[in-house]
Amino acid sequence: MTRQSKTWLVLGAVFVALLVARGMIGQGLGRVYVKRTDVTVKLPEAAVNNAAGAPSALASGSTNASTTTAATQAMETPAAASTASSSATTISWQEWKQVTPLEFNAAQKANPAQTEITLSWPRTIGLWLAAFFTLAIFSFLYADNPFYKIAESLVVGVSAAYWGVIGFWDTLVPKMFGALTPGLVKSLVQPSLVAPEKLQQISMIFALILGVMMLWRLLPRGGWISAWPLAFIVGVTAGLKIVSHVESDLMAQAAATMKPLFVSVTDASGATNMWDSWWASVANVLLVAGVICCLAYFFFSVEHKGVVGGAARVGIWYLMITFGASFGFTVMGRIALLAARVEFLFDDWLWLIDPNHFRGL
Amino acid sequence: MKRIIPMWIAIIGGFAMMLSSFVPLAESAGEMFADVFNVVAAIAFVLGAGSLAKQHLEKLSRRDAGWGYSIITLGSFLITLFIGLGKIGIHPNEQFPQAPYSGSNEMEGSAFGWIYEYMITPLTSTMFALLAFFVASAAFRAFRAKNTEAILLLVTAFIVLLGRTFAGVVLTGWFPDWASGLRLENLSIYVMQVFNTAGNRAIMIGIALGVAATGLRILFGIDRSWLGGGDA
Repeated sequence: MTRQSKTWLVLGAVFVALLVARGMIGQGLGRVYVKRTDVTVKLPEAAVNNAAGAPSALASGSTNASTTTAATQAMETPAAASTASSSATTISWQEWKQVTPLEFNAAQKANPAQTEITLSWPRTIGLWLAAFFTLAIFSFLYADNPFYKIAESLVVGVSAAYWGVIGFWDTLVPKMFGALTPGLVKSLVQPSLVAPEKLQQISMIFALILGVMMLWRLLPRGGWISAWPLAFIVGVTAGLKIVSHVESDLMAQAAATMKPLFVSVTDASGATNMWDSWWASVANVLLVAGVICCLAYFFFSVEHKGVVGGAARVGIWYLMITFGASFGFTVMGRIALLAARVEFLFDDWLWLIDPNHFRGL
Repeated sequence: MKRIIPMWIAIIGGFAMMLSSFVPLAESAGEMFADVFNVVAAIAFVLGAGSLAKQHLEKLSRRDAGWGYSIITLGSFLITLFIGLGKIGIHPNEQFPQAPYSGSNEMEGSAFGWIYEYMITPLTSTMFALLAFFVASAAFRAFRAKNTEAILLLVTAFIVLLGRTFAGVVLTGWFPDWASGLRLENLSIYVMQVFNTAGNRAIMIGIALGVAATGLRILFGIDRSWLGGGDA
């Protein structure tokens, strides 16, 4: 066994021992409670009539009913229930909203046999997994190790699939499938879908062809075919970016720099406040001069000598201040994230602190 | 043929987008091109997924070092994809109860929401939080106050960092009112409002000019490097 393995073993053992000790003190740690809500929604008449004729679409909805939300979706349609009752046109499911341990304790105190607020195993396991992932990534600070690599591999796999799913449901389904197979999308996903126009359908066929051509890259031959959709992406991006950057960056920023160099600030009585006026004027002068000097530094068509050279030098100073501020901001942002992760570990997982009074510590 | 047609596709697509911003009649054409663009970009995810799977399957078949991690990547990818595409555990939207897939994937308690909350969020935010250590370490090694520019950068970073924390307030809070402008929290505001704004504004103007110039070079067919094989 290498020295590093021994270190990991000792660290792991100490950590597990501390965790077990923490679990036996006070309220314990790392549990998530949920509150059940029964939801019953009335089906629109048209849907009920359709279901009577063809119940398959609704039945598929039933199979899609929540598993992690534990929604045992009881759907009764006239077709499915020959002993039709007044609930024949409704659909119901259960929703589970997260509640605080404090609410669970209060509910238990009021009625120990209550089942409305319960421990959620999927979410509790999720919480522990999240804590494990957080520690696995922080373990990289000591050295590269298998825990970090597992977390890293998961980030790649899960993130790639996540964005794929978002792209499918948020873009492909409403735009492409909505135009090419509107009936299907309307019945399964989006009943409010507006019937597509002919031109929209043609454009989506064009998009589909370009998409298929793009996938050609995965085949061993004919990779050049994927250059066509790539060309479309490059061209449209260029066209979009030219307009948006010129509009929001060039024009808007230049307009915002056109400031008065002398500002008169008046107080409530209408009298000029000399100090505020002086400072506001200086601020505007510094701002306008700074923008001009920085632009002089970026302007390479003239040699940086004489007045231009002096302005460029001042421009460098301004840029250094900007980079310093950006650095400070970046560090602050990262530290805020770090604090959030540490808070997650100590508050949500270990229950050592309770800043939001969720557990009544 | 392999270069001319893509070049014209780029030119037509690009100018259509530009025209739609200036000519009201071309507005719908611009929207149509934007929709096609979004759909092609979404299909590109399939290409990305294919490349990811191909790369990791090759690694697996060759039994390269760390092939076990490829199983984790592929497994997590496929499971997330299956759960997300199938909207596992999603109940219908209350507005459209007749449509079984009308519910949002991100709804509380759904399987996909679980993956987002307990896997993606902790993993990605901890990755970024980790950078706090590396940025601090790199800054400690690289920052040296050896000339005016470096001193300006360092001092500004300190003013911004201290001015936005309680430490800054504690350090300079005792300054009398007539010198309140020199308190770190106020200095930080001045730096951000005047110097930082000026620098960022110039950078943004420079970027806008650069983007416009590069975009026009592509749209006029002057820059063809994106087609591969040089500028010819």
